[in-house]
Amino acid sequence: MTLWAWIAAGCVAAWAIKFAGYLVPVRWLESPRMNRVAGCLTIGLLASLTTMNTVSAGQGLAFDARIGALLVAAAALMLRAPFLLVVIVGATAAALIRLL
Amino acid sequence: MAMAGRITPAVRIGVSIAIATGLYGISFGALAVASGFSVAQTATLSLLMFTGGSQFAFIGVVGAGGTGAAAFGAATLLGIRNAVYGAQINRMLRPRGWLRPLAAQVTIDESAATAASQTDPKEQRRGFWVAGLGVYLCWNLFTLLGALLGDALGDPRQWGLDGAAVAAFLGLLWPRLRSREPVAIAVVCALVTLVALPWAPPGVPILLAAAVAAVWGWFGRGPADEGLEPDVAPKLGQESAR
Repeated sequence: MTLWAWIAAGCVAAWAIKFAGYLVPVRWLESPRMNRVAGCLTIGLLASLTTMNTVSAGQGLAFDARIGALLVAAAALMLRAPFLLVVIVGATAAALIRLL
Repeated sequence: MAMAGRITPAVRIGVSIAIATGLYGISFGALAVASGFSVAQTATLSLLMFTGGSQFAFIGVVGAGGTGAAAFGAATLLGIRNAVYGAQINRMLRPRGWLRPLAAQVTIDESAATAASQTDPKEQRRGFWVAGLGVYLCWNLFTLLGALLGDALGDPRQWGLDGAAVAAFLGLLWPRLRSREPVAIAVVCALVTLVALPWAPPGVPILLAAAVAAVWGWFGRGPADEGLEPDVAPKLGQESAR
């Protein structure tokens, strides 16, 4: 298969996976127990995404300026900064640490 | 929460995330062309695959001399989490008709997280669509820019954009950490991710964390929503209610 064919296959698979989620019957997900699962799942996914974005480097770990961004963002959140400010502060921290 | 005009909290979060994530498209575009992809192939990946992690994996494997099949496998594995988001978004928004395939296309980390950060169904809907369509627009625009200009724009990491992503996801997680159990789940899932990252194939660590969280929720005790309900701007006095 040519590269174009694999690109097409990858795109179809990506959309099909996303759409598959929409085919899960909503009634399966509507019970106190599934509400709990959904709540826990969201927390787990967000915690995992935060961790991945902070330390992942290809298939491995790297501890770099992103750790600084995490700490500064946490400090901003503790001070009840609005979301946009938290994002800007995180970017600024990472950029400044790289400059040093 | 009162609606002051059209710029609601969910819209504000969606726009912030769309810009921060979209700018990252520059590095995808530049890297794809440097890995031997044509501008058309690069743009196609962003338009149709549209899930950043999978796209980077796809071009990374090919750039490193891997086969198309290996690139397909890595990208697809990384995309599996989007099915989890799809089920969550469908449960929250219940899109109908032609909106369903469209919603599926913009179901990614950012749009799912923005929707889940809200309790009001209207805000969940706004957050999902503003973040999803906003990232789609910016990501594709900047992919094209990166592919055409190559490295002339420099590495987005230099501007701290990777720090913006870290801060954005922490910012979405933070309001949920209001009692002991959510904090425990977050810490455990972060540790699972950290331990799995060096040895598990890309895309698997977040699935392991999701599995741990789901099992936790399934076997957990207490009221269904205890401390777990999302709300990006917690109301005062809620802590004392538990």
